[in-house]
Amino acid sequence: MKVLVAVKRVIDYNVKVRVKADQSGVELANVKMSMNPFDEIGIEEAIRLREAGKAEEIIAVSLGPQQCQETIRTALAMGADRGIHVKTDDELQPLAVAKLMKAVIDEEQPGLVILGKQAIDDDSNQTGQMVAGLLGWPQATFASELDIGDENARITREVDGGLETIDVKVPCVMTTDLRLNEPRYASLPNIMKAKKKPIDEKTPEDLGVDITPRLKTVTVTEPPGRDAGIKVESVAELVDKLHNEVGVI
Amino acid sequence: MTVLVVAEHDNAELKDPTLNTISAASEIGGDIHVLVAGTGCRAVADAAAAVAGVSKVLVADDPAYEHHLAETMAPLLVSLASDYDAILAPADTFGKDFMPRAAALADMAQISEIQEVVSADTFVRPIYAGNALATVQCSDATKFITVRMTAFAGAEAFGGSAAVEDIAAAEDPGISTFIGSEVSRNERPELTSARVVVSGGRGMQSGDNFYLIENVADKLGAAVGASRAAVDAGFVPNDYQVGQTGKIVAPELYVAVGISGAIQHLAGMKDSKVIVAINKDEEAPIFQVADFGLVADLFDALPELAKELEKIGN
Repeated sequence: MKVLVAVKRVIDYNVKVRVKADQSGVELANVKMSMNPFDEIGIEEAIRLREAGKAEEIIAVSLGPQQCQETIRTALAMGADRGIHVKTDDELQPLAVAKLMKAVIDEEQPGLVILGKQAIDDDSNQTGQMVAGLLGWPQATFASELDIGDENARITREVDGGLETIDVKVPCVMTTDLRLNEPRYASLPNIMKAKKKPIDEKTPEDLGVDITPRLKTVTVTEPPGRDAGIKVESVAELVDKLHNEVGVI
Repeated sequence: MTVLVVAEHDNAELKDPTLNTISAASEIGGDIHVLVAGTGCRAVADAAAAVAGVSKVLVADDPAYEHHLAETMAPLLVSLASDYDAILAPADTFGKDFMPRAAALADMAQISEIQEVVSADTFVRPIYAGNALATVQCSDATKFITVRMTAFAGAEAFGGSAAVEDIAAAEDPGISTFIGSEVSRNERPELTSARVVVSGGRGMQSGDNFYLIENVADKLGAAVGASRAAVDAGFVPNDYQVGQTGKIVAPELYVAVGISGAIQHLAGMKDSKVIVAINKDEEAPIFQVADFGLVADLFDALPELAKELEKIGN
């Protein structure tokens, strides 16, 4: 089975984002970028499937500007076999990403498509569900465990009340949650090897997809700050304040 | 203008996030309809009809909707979309699962997790774990929206008397099957709706030590939460997780114990009314958002806190 994994280039999760003064977005210049952490989990899961003899080929797909190829290289260094880069400098919103992904998937015919449950930049949590919908494939979102066969996959999902298990027909789309696995680090020899692995370049025009944004960002602003309060000296003082001063207990 | 709210329920009871979502719908304006998709869910429909502000309840009663699988829910929403200016669902694992699928099938964008309604087509939503707020405008004919529950007070559960109407089920593509669920059972309130939340972090050192948190939570009638660090370390299950990648809470009182205050955690609790932090590291970033900070070893502070709470009759 072929496994296709979407990887997004985002501001590194350790970076404190700054809103631009003109409120047009957040500052991206000279900011460390990395692979979306949920997508790392997706690549790791695909590699584990190959190690278990359930996947033959792993394709990492990224959409966006030229630098997305760095993200694809990271996936290749972890163990993906080849990359596909859909190159555009235009803004991509989840519905457009889903349509581009569908076009790539139609060409590649994988048995399993893995995406992160959300990207840590726009926090949309949409693309995997949209891809599945457009393909007419079943979806298993927020996955924490996967057992995939040729016909069916059994997937455990992290839901608000606990865990839920579903069976879906293959091919299917899965989105990763944190506890699916712990991604590996790329070894130096694998990083060197990754440089020789192929990355196919395509454009939205090649794929015949209209990527016109549907949502207009009016402003991006700083959230209202929260002022630091006071330090109390003892538990007794804390309880006194909460009970008598603010009355929350 | 007419807005449709997708009711969250377990076929027996209407769940609270529905009320928050109805409240967001009322800010958009127009008539509010509620969709109850489930099986044997008449009681839920009656409860939805009683919610203040609701003018009609649509019931799709079919075994296909028992577990709200996205593959069956999405076509149902798409079949209704053209009648509505907006379709809203709570931004929890219930709504997040089927809403984007439905939006894509209808060739519409989705606006995720709105926290403010600016106008009928303009909304504020958090990005970058709440470190920035984006105001977005949507020109699609039907707006698919998920709602951050903590940003909208729940609508009154009584006072309404909406008409209840049965609607036909959409086609079930038969590509997914519900097998089972393991619901964490405890006597405490739900994290997302609790008035008080007590959370533990990596400082708890082990899952066994969480009884110290539970003792305090019991005295306060509080829900128990955890930071991602505590979940990653295996102290507690993932459904305890408060933060960008877990649950978003905004209780009256949030007590963070042994939690350093990573951005990702703050994103899940910074809208709490009163924040208390207990941490032995006085430099911990959690103190920058806490109304009351106590620099102390939690293994001393928690038992003492339980005792002090008892003194005041909790």
